[in-house]
Amino acid sequence: MSDILVSEQSATGADGSGRPSGRLLEVEDLRVEFRTRDGVAKVINGVTYHVDAGETLAVLGESGSGKSVTAQTIMGILDTPPGFVTGGQVRFHGKDMLKMSAEERRRIRGEGIAMIFQDALSALNPVFTVGFQIAEQFRVRRGMSRADAKKRAIEMLDQVKIPNAKGRYSNYPHQFSGGMRQRAMIAMSLALDPEVLIADEPTTALDVTVQAQIMDLLAELQRERRMGLILITHDLGVVADVADRIAVMYAGRIVEEANVYDLYAKPAHPYTLGLLDSIPRMDEKGQQLRTIKGLPPNLMNIPPGCPFNPRCPMAQPVCREKLPPLLQIGSGRASACHFAEELVNRD
Amino acid sequence: MTENILEVRDLVKHYPVTRGIVFRKTIGHVKAVDGVSFELKSGETLGVVGESGCGKSTLARVLMNLERPTAGSVHYKGQDISRLSGGALRRLRRQIQLVMQDPYTSLNPRMTVGDLIGEPFEIHPEVAPKGSRRGKVKELLDLVGLNPEHINRYPHQFSGGQRQRIGIARALALRPEIIVCDEPVSALDVSIQAQVMNLLEKLQAEFGLSYIFIAHDLSVVRHLSERVAVMYLGKIVEIGTEDEIYERPTHPYTQALLSAVPVPDPTLRDNKAIIRLTGDVPSPISPPSGCRFRTRCWKAQDACAEQVPLLEIRSGSDHPSACHFAEKREIVATHEA
Amino acid sequence: MSDPSTASIVSTPPSTNPNEVGAPTDAGLPGNARKEKPRGLLGDAWRDLRRKPLFWISAFFILIFVVMAAFPSLFTSGDAVNGTLANSRVGPSGDAWFGYDVQGRDVFARTIYGARASIVVALLSVMGTLLIGGTLGIIAGYRGGWVDALLSRFADIFFGLPFVLGAIVILTTFNGADSSNSEWQIMALVIMSLSVLGWPVVMRLMRSSVLATKEADYIVAARALGAGTGRIILKHLLPNCLAPLLVYGTILVGSFIGAEATLSFLGIGLKTPVVSWGIMISEAQNYIRVSPYLLFFPAAFLVTAVLSFVMLGETVREALDPKLR
Repeated sequence: MSDILVSEQSATGADGSGRPSGRLLEVEDLRVEFRTRDGVAKVINGVTYHVDAGETLAVLGESGSGKSVTAQTIMGILDTPPGFVTGGQVRFHGKDMLKMSAEERRRIRGEGIAMIFQDALSALNPVFTVGFQIAEQFRVRRGMSRADAKKRAIEMLDQVKIPNAKGRYSNYPHQFSGGMRQRAMIAMSLALDPEVLIADEPTTALDVTVQAQIMDLLAELQRERRMGLILITHDLGVVADVADRIAVMYAGRIVEEANVYDLYAKPAHPYTLGLLDSIPRMDEKGQQLRTIKGLPPNLMNIPPGCPFNPRCPMAQPVCREKLPPLLQIGSGRASACHFAEELVNRD
Repeated sequence: MTENILEVRDLVKHYPVTRGIVFRKTIGHVKAVDGVSFELKSGETLGVVGESGCGKSTLARVLMNLERPTAGSVHYKGQDISRLSGGALRRLRRQIQLVMQDPYTSLNPRMTVGDLIGEPFEIHPEVAPKGSRRGKVKELLDLVGLNPEHINRYPHQFSGGQRQRIGIARALALRPEIIVCDEPVSALDVSIQAQVMNLLEKLQAEFGLSYIFIAHDLSVVRHLSERVAVMYLGKIVEIGTEDEIYERPTHPYTQALLSAVPVPDPTLRDNKAIIRLTGDVPSPISPPSGCRFRTRCWKAQDACAEQVPLLEIRSGSDHPSACHFAEKREIVATHEA
Repeated sequence: MSDPSTASIVSTPPSTNPNEVGAPTDAGLPGNARKEKPRGLLGDAWRDLRRKPLFWISAFFILIFVVMAAFPSLFTSGDAVNGTLANSRVGPSGDAWFGYDVQGRDVFARTIYGARASIVVALLSVMGTLLIGGTLGIIAGYRGGWVDALLSRFADIFFGLPFVLGAIVILTTFNGADSSNSEWQIMALVIMSLSVLGWPVVMRLMRSSVLATKEADYIVAARALGAGTGRIILKHLLPNCLAPLLVYGTILVGSFIGAEATLSFLGIGLKTPVVSWGIMISEAQNYIRVSPYLLFFPAAFLVTAVLSFVMLGETVREALDPKLR
């Protein structure tokens, strides 16, 4: 059972609504497996994290780490089969969503928690205009009239800085450029004023200048609405720019959690250290890229002990035997490594 | 030896836009590459950066002779290779090879790794006699860090990074002099990118290869390249050594591009010289008159719409830049690693 | 002969990117590495097929029919061609399990021998169809431009011919009631007309398969290596485009068995003294009420054969479908 970090926020909803609540959104000891005809893959193995209003949590990991599957489980859009939740809780304002009825979960989706994806083209229905899709949210969920819904939709398009919002209301998704489509998707997801936005690799497929614009937009919208933002990505540059706290995932677990400054200055897990050492930096000359040898583990056959041990330059016999728990190692920091203290206290 | 192994002059590639099914009428052209000139020196890596729609992928295809250029020339060791065909083209291919972006689609799923890497020897039988081929394939597998015993496996049994190594082994088989790398690490995980980049560096040192390294990730390009060319809408807007481009960029687009790249250092968050470009990239079918970047440029004047700025050394810049008002501006605070 | 079910057969193999799938199947290959045997996509498909009971059932029946066609004497010692009129329309009994037909011939023997004509005609017709349609499809798909336009319009013309009507026209012309073609000539004519009417669908299938695969990265890579057109088509395109043809061809065999029966029933296909299920059904039509077994047995064999091939095609399609991997 992992220790849960204490956040500065009090346990009784800081939104002033007086609602008795836990944190805004909290995942606790989540476990998910994928049952395929070739075997069972343990994709999430005890993940705990939370996000509070107005803060940005970055979930950092490579492919196979489980970062997207966790988000899908939170949203309730996990493909079942082959995915099955085998343990843990996902609490929104203190109530476990995994135990709610499908109806209740659907209500939270969009109004409580919304999600944007990497590929706007597949999130937006190509046979309906963008304006129609946004207005539909207002019509169906808020019962507005067509005229009112259209007005609100145009307002949303404006908010995401799409020029000529009124004109572009009747454009189809393919008539937008990549960056504009992403904005439209953001408009659609924020239409119902969600409290939490999950962004799953929102800028990975975009050009770097467009990426900067979109990240700016997200930051601004988050500030205005006091939203909690969960940013799922593998891009260490984007994370350094926008995150408040970071949870690093590997093989379905959180291996390190820290605030952004601590993580980059003094990583407390060999995987994080390895990642930071292996990325080329635009502002450095004469860099030697140190690589993490080997490959991520086969999730159907995770080695005993620490899942990172076959690739870890610091591995000791204990690493192959005992799974290191995610333990606090300082204020607001946690690491799942037997030698986290040594790593942090190095030079 | 720093001779020019490749010289590209005024390369143009336009694709016709047609209407109609039976009787096609050309109603316009996509000006994918519109007058590109540069040199590649022997043994160096020239990085080509740009965002989507700038034409870098088309440039790769034309350099590889997969497409005929509409105009212009490509000279390899003094010989014009842009209009070769038949046997001469086939022989040329032994000298210039290609590594592609997507490791999941660039290998024929129905061929074994041995067949894939051995195919260059079958197409060019004069390079290696039949009996020696299998040995050479195993050697290549070893060279790129794969187990030679896996020679009979199929691509889907390998990970993305390993498949990319197979692609590199295949490109290396004929011992080419130039390898065009079209976004070779973009589709790989962060920790695997470093492995492949180190491999490319090692191979370059060992075999004296010259690379044209096309990518959109500016950090990756800086790490591997000696010289860098920045492309926008079919033209090179700035070209120079990596120092010159990253520390003394003079073209507004280069400056905007560099300022948009997030650096993995949270302490630099608030100090960034952020230039935000407005508007969308214009369509390559009807690029703006004069300087193509003027529709998004904060320095644009009337002269920019009237006169096409040539890529040349200007008063404000110690390296070629295609801007009437080229001016040095420090965007990236470079330090030693 | 247009067939809407073919729409689902052509599927472009997607790039299997572990970024998109929650359970990365190729991460951590040391696990798979222990199995030393190389497994191509066909090998994987075979592994799947082995597990499906439907595959074994249909394969079993097909095997029986093929053996029946090749060695009918293994199944019966009766005479399929001659009979004694004294036995006319005698029902099934211990001596003759399926009874006797109007001319006193052993129905069981005829049914067994009938397999040969039906299966041989169907198999050869399918091969002809696949050959013609496949070749034209590759040319149209790979060359594109006016060659493609020309061939596609040509195929459209054939698409426009209603199958049965077209067959009737061809066969009445060459195989009319008064003609005296030999058994092999008749078979060849039937095979030819089935191929000529069936190739447009195969051409379309192959063409779309080629169009989808033509721009694949590995084809570009092959061109970059200097591979010529022949090599690209034979080594790279063809193996990756065959899957839909394989599936469709298997189902088509069943279809053509039925088609041949139809033509023989109409009297323009195979004729006596050739034995085929279609002919038997045709001969039975006047006696359905009084001797239903005359219809029942050949019809049952026909239906079983057709179904077996169709089922086999279905299971092969599922096993080869990259999306289901």
